[in-house]
Amino acid sequence: MARVLMKGNEAVGAAAIAAGCRHYFGYPITPQSELLEYMSVHLPKVGGVFLQSESEVAAINMCYGAAGAGARVMTGSSSPGIALMQEGISYLAGAELPSVIVNIVRGGPGLGGIQPAQSDYHQSTRGGGDGDYKLLVYAPSTVQEMAELVALAFDKADEYRNPVMIVGDGMLGQIMEPVEIVERPPDPALPPKTWATTGTRDHPGSRSIINSLFLKPEVLEHHILDLFAKYERMREREVLVEEYRVEDADLVVVAYGTTARIVKSAIAALAAEGVRVGLIRPITLFPFPAESLRRLPDRVANLLVVEMSMGQMIDDVRIANEGRRTVHFLGRTGGMIPLPQVIADTVRHILAEHHAGDVPHVSVGDEKGGR
Amino acid sequence: MAVVFQRTAGLTDAETHYCPGCTHGIVHRLVGEVLVELGVLDRAIAVIPVGCATLAYDYFNCDVQQAAHGRAPAVATGIRRVLPDRVVFAYQGDGDLASIGTAEIVHAAHRSENITVIFINNAIYGMTGGQMAPTTLVGQKTTTSPLGRDPRLAGEPIRIAEMLAQIPGASFVERVACDSPPHVKAAKRVIRRAFETQLAGEGFALVEVLSTCPTNWGLEPVDALAWVRDHMIPYYPLGNLRDPKKDAAARGGVRPEE
Amino acid sequence: MAKGRVAFDRDLCKGCGLCVSVCPEHMLELDTATINRKGYHPAHVVEGREDDCIGCALCAVMCPDQVITVEKF
Repeated sequence: MARVLMKGNEAVGAAAIAAGCRHYFGYPITPQSELLEYMSVHLPKVGGVFLQSESEVAAINMCYGAAGAGARVMTGSSSPGIALMQEGISYLAGAELPSVIVNIVRGGPGLGGIQPAQSDYHQSTRGGGDGDYKLLVYAPSTVQEMAELVALAFDKADEYRNPVMIVGDGMLGQIMEPVEIVERPPDPALPPKTWATTGTRDHPGSRSIINSLFLKPEVLEHHILDLFAKYERMREREVLVEEYRVEDADLVVVAYGTTARIVKSAIAALAAEGVRVGLIRPITLFPFPAESLRRLPDRVANLLVVEMSMGQMIDDVRIANEGRRTVHFLGRTGGMIPLPQVIADTVRHILAEHHAGDVPHVSVGDEKGGR
Repeated sequence: MAVVFQRTAGLTDAETHYCPGCTHGIVHRLVGEVLVELGVLDRAIAVIPVGCATLAYDYFNCDVQQAAHGRAPAVATGIRRVLPDRVVFAYQGDGDLASIGTAEIVHAAHRSENITVIFINNAIYGMTGGQMAPTTLVGQKTTTSPLGRDPRLAGEPIRIAEMLAQIPGASFVERVACDSPPHVKAAKRVIRRAFETQLAGEGFALVEVLSTCPTNWGLEPVDALAWVRDHMIPYYPLGNLRDPKKDAAARGGVRPEE
Repeated sequence: MAKGRVAFDRDLCKGCGLCVSVCPEHMLELDTATINRKGYHPAHVVEGREDDCIGCALCAVMCPDQVITVEKF
């Protein structure tokens, strides 16, 4: 398929269908509705099922039923809708069902706003629902990358029998970019879904049971330990990260998604002045690319985390950093987007004023240099 | 000599955890018998609720998905849309279906999902220890209506079958009871009819079964049967509210697709 | 001559007595001399009434625990 100009939300839908997704359950919400609309047009053309549910709660539970029946299934929403889905996402994780969930993040809390934000980092990477569990979380920064990660997400969901989340933001969902959608049928190496509830005639002599209830604590603990062994395998094998100009950097910025693109503009402007700045862009938010931070050159004394939030990913940066370098923060929130020149100014300020061990520079909102 | 009654192959050999005299066991058996008699046990998928029947994944002798509280109709929808040639049923209690799961059941009925729902109405929350349900009768004492249900505070008990029967997509709706042998035998015929509705592709079918909760009602099992007869049936009248056959007759015997 | 025969899986019986209450021949009772492995007095046929069974199976229809098998002659 040739490169075509598509909205991010539509590219997600096209990539999902190209990856063999034939079932989509969802509920309208800005800024994600184009995905729902795309699926309503295109899934029936390939013999698939599009169903507009009565709520996000119902949508995620329809995914549970469909995933348990062995289907490649997807749902999508935006922040408050994802919050409603968290119960079902926890059940998916507990029952080990593969599903792909797309979150086109908008500003919160509450009804918040409809502009791009990254304030669902915690909601995405900290479980989000009840109990001990993790999602595999991908954070693309271009429409092309989003399409590729959607395809990968279906294979990884099946491989690990775990829900996988694509975290975009309102900008990525709405922006139009050239994208090439590649047919990507399920990886033939994936094992057959012998656990699916398709009726005992398909597996005589045994019953398939999809369940997340384990009343005996020793059994539940064992189940959770198994889940965490799976998450550990994800940590070993599934980390994706872009390391950009970090080799000779004096300062390294950590940013993901749309924000990372803006940071690259700032890095280019600074490079023209001879200021060497690198970028670590986590592509998987879980597992977090901690190793990329740990192996930075010793002369990098300062890290700057830039997010469209009040600082959520910064927790993972601090955990990975283990106090080695000073971690600074620049954030815009509520749908506001950091400007390249503000990022560049912040970098200049840090390099001029700060040395290892100093109190970190924190900038949020529209005032440069502090609250 | 002929065996006229024995365990059904529709249920596993597992001993149930239900309290003595709880009629969940009767309804389980009726569903199991119907699945066997219709020859569909090996292509049936049960969706079980949160509540006393949560552990029914050990009892129904078919594939089972356990659903979050109230979400069984949405889960069953997901299964149905993937596997249109299987037999999908949800088994839900009154806390699950009539309280937290009203949105899911109403919209499954509206879409006329081709599923069968067995709805156990015993007028109380059993698993959590006897709290007031939406179906608790006026004046009925529970652990959260210690002076009896006050309709000024909690409203009148919800009549699910009548409510759902108003929905065009609710193809089959009937209320039955488990309080006597004739009623149990009738309940089996109705459950069979509800599954036949699904097998004919005629859409959403629900059977509301008036059941007992001797433990949380504080009654002996036999007295609990009498309580269903004397208190529940007068408020929750038995009978058919929707049937595709009746609806077709009302339209002059012509179904829309014919 | 008995018309039917009823048998109980006494280990699984929970002693609820629903079968006893619906038997038209009043030939069933809870065996208060026995405590089964579940801790209940299981149902059984009143001693000496075995031949009164008519094989109607109403007891089994009402049994929540599938412990009753009925034969009819």
